[in-house]
Amino acid sequence: MDINNEESQIKKIENFALQIRKHILEMAVSAGADSAHFGGALSITEIVSTLFAYQMKIDKKNPKWEDRDRFILSKGHACLAYYAALCEVGYISNNELKTFEKNETNLLGHPVMNRNLGIDFSNGSLGMGLSLGIGVAISAKKKKKNFKVYVIVGDGECNEGSIWEGAMAAPNFKLDNLYVIIDKNNFQQTGSNKEIMNVENLKDKWSSFGWHTTELDGHNIPDLCNFFKESSKINKPKAIIANTIKGKGFTFSENNNDWHHSILSKSIYEKALKELEKK
Amino acid sequence: MIINDRDIKMWSTIGARATVGIAALELAKQIDNLMVLTCDVSTSAGLDRFRKTFPEKYLDLGIAEQNMIGVAAGLASENFNVITTTFAPFQTMRCCEQIKVNLGYMRQKICMVGIASGLALGTLGYTHCCIEDVGILRSIPGITIISPADSLETVKALEAAVNSENPCYLRLTGSSNNPIVYSKDYEFKIGKSITLREGKDITIFSSGAMVYQSLEAAKILESKKISSKVINMHTIKPIDKLAIEEACETRLIVSIEEHNVIGGLGSAISEHKSTLKKSPKQLFLGIKDTYSKGGNYKFLKEKHRLTPEKIVQDIILNIE
Repeated sequence: MDINNEESQIKKIENFALQIRKHILEMAVSAGADSAHFGGALSITEIVSTLFAYQMKIDKKNPKWEDRDRFILSKGHACLAYYAALCEVGYISNNELKTFEKNETNLLGHPVMNRNLGIDFSNGSLGMGLSLGIGVAISAKKKKKNFKVYVIVGDGECNEGSIWEGAMAAPNFKLDNLYVIIDKNNFQQTGSNKEIMNVENLKDKWSSFGWHTTELDGHNIPDLCNFFKESSKINKPKAIIANTIKGKGFTFSENNNDWHHSILSKSIYEKALKELEKK
Repeated sequence: MIINDRDIKMWSTIGARATVGIAALELAKQIDNLMVLTCDVSTSAGLDRFRKTFPEKYLDLGIAEQNMIGVAAGLASENFNVITTTFAPFQTMRCCEQIKVNLGYMRQKICMVGIASGLALGTLGYTHCCIEDVGILRSIPGITIISPADSLETVKALEAAVNSENPCYLRLTGSSNNPIVYSKDYEFKIGKSITLREGKDITIFSSGAMVYQSLEAAKILESKKISSKVINMHTIKPIDKLAIEEACETRLIVSIEEHNVIGGLGSAISEHKSTLKKSPKQLFLGIKDTYSKGGNYKFLKEKHRLTPEKIVQDIILNIE
């Protein structure tokens, strides 16, 4: 069955994405002058929504369920989207979301391991999540478990050498239970990839390392679903080069790298909320 | 683990880093979820038999230490009991931030074994010597650091570290024909130092291959009417504070380490000593914050004044 025909399923994921964007706005505005990593969270919103609302096997009542699919946000600064998804799933309450970046919070500006909240690992220092994913994927093979491992990395993060150590290792260990989604939003902290460090031809790069690789629109939910469906039997680790728009969803932030890490004022928040409500 | 006299002699002959592979093999027979990860050093770490006997418990990550620590942490998060091992500089510094985030921040329980630390690989130059590892790792919260005195203590320390709940670093020093400090099995407890020789004038604290040198130095000192207490401070973190407090009753505290004098055992001792109301002077013996010209292990121990004779000379110059 083609996912394009499953309209209700797609609607559900779209609605999940809409809620994520609302939560992102709320957390960013509540962080105030402490700033929030806004752009890179919005670029992965459809990816995270497709994973949490459709693709990943999870138990909404038990974040520690042993057979759950594992999720690793290697580009940890995009945690606004992660926390929002965990809230939608039911692991984090709306009240707890309001503690984002506040003193003594569980929800800092980069994820801190907290299994009760569904956060399996601490991340934030770039280039580390793929290696963790490889370890977890190997553990599934050793234990003969069927769970899958999903790692989101940034395109800027692909500057880190450790990403390529992991890229080399996963096919070597034949980890067909491992998925890497590269958020190709074309920007990194201080400029475009082209200006800072060119990471073009990512599909060729990952393919040449031995991954089953595809390139798709990272905001196109049916395309994401179809890839997961069609690639499930392929006997290789899978890499998705997801072409995305940094700051996706709001006219002021799309492709505007000023919103990599910025302060969301009350007035912009209100405008953004209206823009969201029109959708 | 059952230990007999023949093993102790054989382990001494092959040295700590080959012994660790044998110890891992024995532990794997008892511990189902044990995994050993290396970076293309199976032969150097005495793991060839392990690799052949337990291929399912063995992973070679290639020459990629950052990835090794991350993979180890992924496995540890799924309740595998993981040992990682490679040469000490690459085990500790190449992947230092991975160690911080995975073993420190997340407290993933991994036992890292740094082989050929200190000066043993001096002919290969200071890329392969390791005089910084303790200082660097000591600043990461929550990591136990153990530097075994001989091959038997390497076995005891590995067993203790694998059975501990905390992330650990085992720092292996010395070469083959590792002098024997312990000729019989004994009780080893992480964090509890061992007094090897009683004395009333001075206290010598040492760890790793320097323990044997300290015992030899104490014999010479005795002939010069200086009575030395010698303590094997096998665990550098957490440091045995009580032993330091007791040492303050002697006239001089000497720390001897095959490590930079900044950041290692001597620093750890002085950090506690300086909080005490009354304490004697401390003499820091070790590598004096320099990368010297290289050479073989014996040559470098002489050069850095870490032989019994040189240790005695420095102590006599400093005793009041």
